[in-house]
Amino acid sequence: MSLLTLAGVTKFFGGLRAVHRVSFQLSEGEMLGLIGPNGAGKTTLFHMISGFLRPDAGTVTYAGKPLVGLRPHDICQRGMVRTFQVARPFLRLSVLENVVVGALERVTHRREAVAIAGEVLELTGLAEKAGSMGQSLTLPDRKRLELARALATGPRVLLLDEVMAGLNPTETGRLIDLIRAVHGRGITVLLIEHVMKAVMALSQRVLVLNYGELIAEGPPAEVVRDRKVIEAYLGEDSAGPET
Amino acid sequence: MLRLGLGAVSGAALLILPFWIPSTWQNLLITTFYYAYLGQAWNILGGYAGQLSLGHAAFFAIGAYTSAVLASQYGLSPWLGMFVGAGLAALLSLGIGYLGFRFGLRGFYFILLTLAAAEICRLIALHLPILGGYTGLFINFTPNPWQFQFQGKIPYYFIALGFLCLACGIVWLVQRSKLGSYLVAIREDEDASEALGVNTFRYKMIAYALSAALTAPGGTFYAYFQFYLQPNTVLHINHSVDIMIRPIVGGMGTILGPVLGSFLLELLGEFSRTYFAAGVAGLNVVIYGVLLIIVVLFLPRGVYPTLVHWLRQRPGDSR
Amino acid sequence: MTLYVQAIVNGLLVGGVYSLMALGLSLIFGVMRVINFAHGDMMVWGMYLSYWLFVAAGVDPYLSILVTGSAIFLLGAVIQRGLVNRILEAPHEMQILLMLGVALVLENAALMAWGPDPRRVNTSYGLSTFWLGPVVFDLPRVATFAVALVLALGLYLFLRRTELGRMIRAASDNRIGALLVGTDILKVFTLAFGIGAACVGAAGSLMTPFLPFSPSTGIFFTVTSFNIVIIGGMGSLLGAFVGGLLVGVSESLGAVILVPSLKEIVSFILLILILLFRPQGLLRSSR
Ligand SMILES: Nc1ncnc2c1ncn2[C@@H]1O[C@H](COP(=O)(O)OP(=O)(O)OP(=O)(O)O)[C@@H](O)[C@H]1O
Ligand SMILES: [Mg+2]
Repeated sequence: MSLLTLAGVTKFFGGLRAVHRVSFQLSEGEMLGLIGPNGAGKTTLFHMISGFLRPDAGTVTYAGKPLVGLRPHDICQRGMVRTFQVARPFLRLSVLENVVVGALERVTHRREAVAIAGEVLELTGLAEKAGSMGQSLTLPDRKRLELARALATGPRVLLLDEVMAGLNPTETGRLIDLIRAVHGRGITVLLIEHVMKAVMALSQRVLVLNYGELIAEGPPAEVVRDRKVIEAYLGEDSAGPET
Repeated sequence: MLRLGLGAVSGAALLILPFWIPSTWQNLLITTFYYAYLGQAWNILGGYAGQLSLGHAAFFAIGAYTSAVLASQYGLSPWLGMFVGAGLAALLSLGIGYLGFRFGLRGFYFILLTLAAAEICRLIALHLPILGGYTGLFINFTPNPWQFQFQGKIPYYFIALGFLCLACGIVWLVQRSKLGSYLVAIREDEDASEALGVNTFRYKMIAYALSAALTAPGGTFYAYFQFYLQPNTVLHINHSVDIMIRPIVGGMGTILGPVLGSFLLELLGEFSRTYFAAGVAGLNVVIYGVLLIIVVLFLPRGVYPTLVHWLRQRPGDSR
Repeated sequence: MTLYVQAIVNGLLVGGVYSLMALGLSLIFGVMRVINFAHGDMMVWGMYLSYWLFVAAGVDPYLSILVTGSAIFLLGAVIQRGLVNRILEAPHEMQILLMLGVALVLENAALMAWGPDPRRVNTSYGLSTFWLGPVVFDLPRVATFAVALVLALGLYLFLRRTELGRMIRAASDNRIGALLVGTDILKVFTLAFGIGAACVGAAGSLMTPFLPFSPSTGIFFTVTSFNIVIIGGMGSLLGAFVGGLLVGVSESLGAVILVPSLKEIVSFILLILILLFRPQGLLRSSR
């Protein structure tokens, strides 16, 4: 049963075709990977799913209802939450307070939200940083916080935008375990990832985006052998587009 | 425990103080409380929600004029008129907020919108005959507490203090509620808040309306403390600046910031008035301006947060 | 009909000097991203300097712009070096607070020096007029318009044709980029603030022949400059220029259609409409 369905989703930035006629389905309980070279349009696609950008064409359907036109908070309240590629912690709030904001999406009283936030911090391994300010966090912790805040909202679908980028192998390994644990709790995950190790380890199915178009789809082991995919990535290396 | 004791002692001091001090000092304290009150109201929108307003004089004036006109024309007690004023101020703020927030004005653009709205109010007020035009509106003195009019300074002292405590209480409650958490989140990062399910538009509107509604009774107080209202004073940009400046100096987004800021600026103002005003008009304000500049350069987070930072660091500091 | 033509002519004539004033603000903002809340007070200082030179030495205001321009340039450069430069990365409210402090100092220093009563420069030609068809032209306003136009053109040529001007424009377009290519950014900032101040100082002098002023006039010019710059587009020099003319005309028409004391309401409403529907300003493409 498809939880999230995109059909012909397209976005232009001026003359630039950032996303072109992308269609796919995400089933409840799935862990779907989204890969593609830099500038392929992955983040733009997330912006459209999460309500930050309006598609120029196409439809996004979530749990049977159209999403286009809804504001980001509406979409979050319906159970789909996204993280940002460049982590955006609330800099002058404590880590706990950061997560409380997410938890308040589920409950009205701060007391309950603090309790939820505590659990989430425990789960994400940020518990001993609870009192630190957002601005004092290191990059790996910022990424964790990004995930923790999203989890605190109690999502049904988690949209993760490159949560592994910039982490060392140990950190990556721990985060992979964490995401697997989250998925194990029944949360559907759509993750954008450059770190192949993570994609291979986590995804049941992978979508490949190149120049805004879907060029391949399938199990990770098959997709990495796909000629078009290899070309897309090789092309990136030889042409050396913007980073 | 220490804090509780300190609170009790200063509370008691504030209650008996007015009976012991000369009337100039009473005046000084009344002004301090009153500006701290207005600053606290501004703080909800500016300090917590991070939406700087340079047009709060408009809400102030609505509070002042509404209660004054309702009292003089219909005999309605300002104690009640105050609420009407608060309601009208909230309505105006919702209008301005709707425009500003729906159209996504941020930072300086929002500041200018609020400023323009207040200026339009000033120009309109100057041309409303019922408000006395350029001559202004005089309020007849009848020492009738039900008409918000009192003999001597002491009642005003307690009213101003009461207003301030009420505002601080409200902000305290806000700070401990979902509203407060959401407002600071919006201040820190609107997009990230939206992504976490915060209806930023709605919460900014709530903050604005609350801030405006609280500002208006400050105007009522002013009207019956000064007994004279003139658009070029109460609706002047400088008045909006006066309201905004105290929480910024004291520390935005904290309960004690506006209070401390108000005390400091009132003291500085009084200091420069007594020691420098005798000779030349303007010198005291020059000094005041210089002091403001010094605050920005050396205490850029505001006085209260800097103070807290120092107090936290010192004892544990091994250097 | 003539009434409206007359209003438009008067509006345009005043608009020229508004443009010059707003060019200064726009230049400062464009380069430093700092809003100069003391803009109008700098202008008032230009006015008083002209007034003083006129009263003490009989120097015509159209000549004394050389002195006031230089003096206010220095004032601006000093303010930039000593204060603004230190808060470039500070939060919005602190920048505003600092500039408000500067505004208070400037306004009240003027109050100390000259007192609160309005002054005016009574030149021999102050009341001269001439007719062109049914429209009457006010000689000082025409002269002011012409000089303001020349100065604006001079600024334009300076920014376009000289190495320094090119550096300023580069910094305005892209601060980080300018830093990267090794522009002496402090010099550019100081120069930009100085030139912006000189513009508004000269604009002040140019208004003295027909406009009475007092220390408290400053804030209104500050606000008018804000209006113009937003209407034209923040940081856009052409926008500031056209915006100045537009605000001049709309206030002048507002005075005819409504009442003179309500004239500013037109530009405030214009400002709000621009903020809502074209926040990048009339003359800037989005992004
Ligand atoms: N707001 C915008 N305005 C104009 N162009 C944009 C905007 N956002 C993205 N783009 C362009 O759209 C294209 C797709 O960008 P996007 O960020 O979606 O890529 P991505 O796949 O997430 O890349 P990366 O792997 O580097 O994060 C890029 O060429 C980018 O420069
Ligand atoms: Mg991306």
